[in-house]
Amino acid sequence: MKRGLLLLSALALVLGLGACGERDQVVVYKQGKYQGKPDTQPWNNEPPIAELKGGKWSKGNQASWEESIKQRQLAQHEHKRIYQ
Amino acid sequence: MARMKFLCDAERCIECNGCVTACKNENEVPWGVNRRRVVTINDGVVGAEKSISVACMHCSDAPCMAVCPVDCFYRTDDGVVLHDKDLCIGCGYCFYACPFGAPQFPQAGAFGLRGKMDKCTFCAGGPEPDRSAAEFQKYGRNRLSEGKLPACAEMCSTKALLGGDGDVIADIYRERVLRRGRGSEVWGWGTAYGPGKPGAQPPQQQPSGTRS
Repeated sequence: MKRGLLLLSALALVLGLGACGERDQVVVYKQGKYQGKPDTQPWNNEPPIAELKGGKWSKGNQASWEESIKQRQLAQHEHKRIYQ
Repeated sequence: MARMKFLCDAERCIECNGCVTACKNENEVPWGVNRRRVVTINDGVVGAEKSISVACMHCSDAPCMAVCPVDCFYRTDDGVVLHDKDLCIGCGYCFYACPFGAPQFPQAGAFGLRGKMDKCTFCAGGPEPDRSAAEFQKYGRNRLSEGKLPACAEMCSTKALLGGDGDVIADIYRERVLRRGRGSEVWGWGTAYGPGKPGAQPPQQQPSGTRS
C-alpha cells in the first residue's frame, strides 16, 4: 500500500515535471530577401551639369558624394546661413 | 555612412502644404496619390494647433519590408527604403503594416482597382537606370543621384521639414531647439530675418551656394 503510494507520487512528479518541458510555440519569422532588380548607387553617376545646381563629386567615389550631400544638408541650418 | 531620415518640427510647420505640392510636382505623382501629406491636430484651436508633415519614414526595420509576400522592398546603402514596382502585386499588406500610412495605391478604373504600390522614395528613384525616363515614370525623380536632397525638405519655407542623414539633421534640430527662445523666435521670424539689432550687418561673404 505504502509502496503503491510512493510509486504513484513518483509518477505524478515525473508527469508534472514533464509538463514543464513545453516547447516554445512562437513562430520564428524569417526576413525575406529582395527579389527585384539591382539598383545603381547615387555616387556611381556623373555629377549633373552646373545649371542644375546639384552636388559635385567624382564618379564612383562614395566618400566624396557623401561629403557633397552633407554640405547640402547643412544648408538647411538657418543659424549658419544668416547673420547674427 | 549616411542613414537618410526626415524630421518635421511641429513648432514650425504652418500647414502650407508646400512639401505636398513640391513632391507632387517633382515626381509627377498620379492623381489620387499623395506620397506626402500634412496632418494637423487641434485644428483651429488657438495655441494648441500643431501640424506635421508625414511620408515614408524609411524605417531602419521596415514593417512593409517584413510583410511583403513578394519581397519587392530593399534598403539602399544610405538607408532609403525603396521597392521594385515590376515585382509589386498591389496586395496592400504593406499599407496595413505601415504605422504612417505611407504606401499609396493608385485607383485606376471605374471599380477602384488597386494598382502597384507607390510611396515616397526620398527622391532616390528606384531600380531602373538612374535619371532614365523609365525611372522617372515609375518612381519619380532621382535627386540623390544629382547630389540633392528631397524636394519637400528643400522647398520647406519655414525649414520645419528637414531631410538628410539622421545624425546631421538631429544636430541641426538640437541646436535649433537650444537656441530658439519664445514668441517670434519659436515661429522662426527672428531666425529667418535676424535679431534686428541696430547696426547688424549681413555677412561679407555668402557661403558658396549649392541650393537650387
